[in-house]
Amino acid sequence: MILKKCKKFIWTFLKYFSLIFFSIVAVLPIVSCVVTAFKTDAEYQSTNVMTLPENWLNFTNFIEAFRRANMGQAFVNSTIVLIVVLMGSILFGTQIAYILNRFRFPGNGLVRSLFLFATLLPGVAMQVSVYSIMNSLGLINHLYGYIILMMGTDVISIYIFIQFFENIPVSLDESAIMDGASYFTIYAKILLPLLKPAIVTCMILKGVSTYNEYYMAQLYLQDKTRLGTVATSLFTFTGPLGSKYNLICAGVIISLLPALIVFILCQKQIYSGLTAGAVKG
Amino acid sequence: MSAASSQVVQAKQKRPFYFLKWAKSRKGQQTIIIVAFMFIPLLLLFTFTYFPFAEMFKFSFYKMKYIGPRKFVGLDNYIQVFKRDDCFGALKLSFYYIGGAMVQLVIALYLATMLSFKVKGGNIFKGFMFFPYLISGIAIGFIFKFFYTRGFVFDTVLQWCGFELENLPYWLKDQRINNISLVATSVWRYFGQNMVLFIGAIMSVDAELYEAAELDGANKFQQFRFIILPSIKTIVTLNVILSITGSLSAFEPPYVITSGANGTGTYFVIMNDIAHVSQKVGLASSMAIVLLFIIFVATVLQKLFFKYVMRDEEDENKRAGFRREKSLVRYRKKRGA
Repeated sequence: MILKKCKKFIWTFLKYFSLIFFSIVAVLPIVSCVVTAFKTDAEYQSTNVMTLPENWLNFTNFIEAFRRANMGQAFVNSTIVLIVVLMGSILFGTQIAYILNRFRFPGNGLVRSLFLFATLLPGVAMQVSVYSIMNSLGLINHLYGYIILMMGTDVISIYIFIQFFENIPVSLDESAIMDGASYFTIYAKILLPLLKPAIVTCMILKGVSTYNEYYMAQLYLQDKTRLGTVATSLFTFTGPLGSKYNLICAGVIISLLPALIVFILCQKQIYSGLTAGAVKG
Repeated sequence: MSAASSQVVQAKQKRPFYFLKWAKSRKGQQTIIIVAFMFIPLLLLFTFTYFPFAEMFKFSFYKMKYIGPRKFVGLDNYIQVFKRDDCFGALKLSFYYIGGAMVQLVIALYLATMLSFKVKGGNIFKGFMFFPYLISGIAIGFIFKFFYTRGFVFDTVLQWCGFELENLPYWLKDQRINNISLVATSVWRYFGQNMVLFIGAIMSVDAELYEAAELDGANKFQQFRFIILPSIKTIVTLNVILSITGSLSAFEPPYVITSGANGTGTYFVIMNDIAHVSQKVGLASSMAIVLLFIIFVATVLQKLFFKYVMRDEEDENKRAGFRREKSLVRYRKKRGA
């Protein structure tokens, strides 16, 4: 009996110890950033990085970082990109998923494998030649060029939608056809409303990845003062500002606030969306 | 579909009335909606994936910049890829990333198991560990440049633990350690996400099974071995496959933290430099093609390997399934009694 209790105690201890340890590992780099972001220049130079700031209401770094990196404009641009890309990829994603799931036609399998194979090609490698295509289409340094590119490289949501369509009975479509509804009506009036949970999932996943995307953004939106997104605006802090970490940390914290808010509000959907997206392989 | 489209042509040529009739028929409507709904996504897919892919293949035989004259050089670029030691040699760094991916998998699996048992504040732990996944790569770059700076966060924490600053290496400059430092950032970023995936798979197991197993006297390790592990095997396998191909194309940590300095340049970081800084587009294209080929072969090999291994284990799985069924039956009997 004592042995059993002892065992249970060790087990519980091990469990909480490892959970607490890894939680600290996960948040420590972020917390150290927050601590530093509240320090004045003098404080930053004279104290150790892990010493807490004197004044937790010292927002000067945040204001300075926001101004220097032109983050006002960046937030506007990111919002525009987000809205259009999300609308586009949900519209096109649900449409192609509807076609691929509901109609048997020659080429159905081919189109599916074309999309699947595209996921195998690493994005960074593709940009070598995508760059020259964007260049000849005149899409570099235009917000719409970047938006079009972001919409074109979305495959995961198509798979989430296809999966979801599979669980909506076809009899629903058939009875609507009996009533004389056109295919477009079936898609728009009957199926789209039923897809709401999948749409929310895709919006969150695609939203976070679009908001965080920086590689293509810095490649195709080179005019960073006018066309910077929130992610690329952080590039301001390389170069001469590269060692003013109190300023940099403030910028980083500002940039991850929206993701943090979304995370706190939609934790459940994010987890389940991730799981749904992973199963398809 | 080809029959349908020739029908359209005919209808248009002879009597336009027929086209309208066809468009109103079920068959016609189907064709129209298929074409209408597929046109833009396929156009985007070809413009930004398959056309560039073909272009890249073409570029790899030329000596060229993005703008200006091109010169056909045959296989010269490919020979260069294997000859220049900054190109192909960079693939050696992948081993660090594969190692990191395995560590990450083990940590994630361990934590997911812990969290699948009753834990107070489990959601908070989960949230903390998952959040790094939602931070943009560039922000992570800054966070870890700061974190690893001499005498800053990491050094301070180690000093708290009793290390002397003089004995600590420069985490991002010392060639013996800097690749490990970079891999650690990637583990930091993704272990929570992996953990959430594993938890999702574990939760799909019937909760009664655990109770039944406990009644049968199974300890925690046995519960892990016989209930949890079989239920998450698919997703673990999938993650192993993804992590190996991911390691070959490792890019972000060195790109945002060290820009590939001090021997941290992975294959893609070097390719990116060659393409967009020195603008040797031909060479970069052939580098890309070579790696895509390796990734493709690796994926196929792994799929075959796991298929082979899985088939062997399928029988065992069936037996494990029977065992589970039996213990469930026993459990229900006991509870009924």
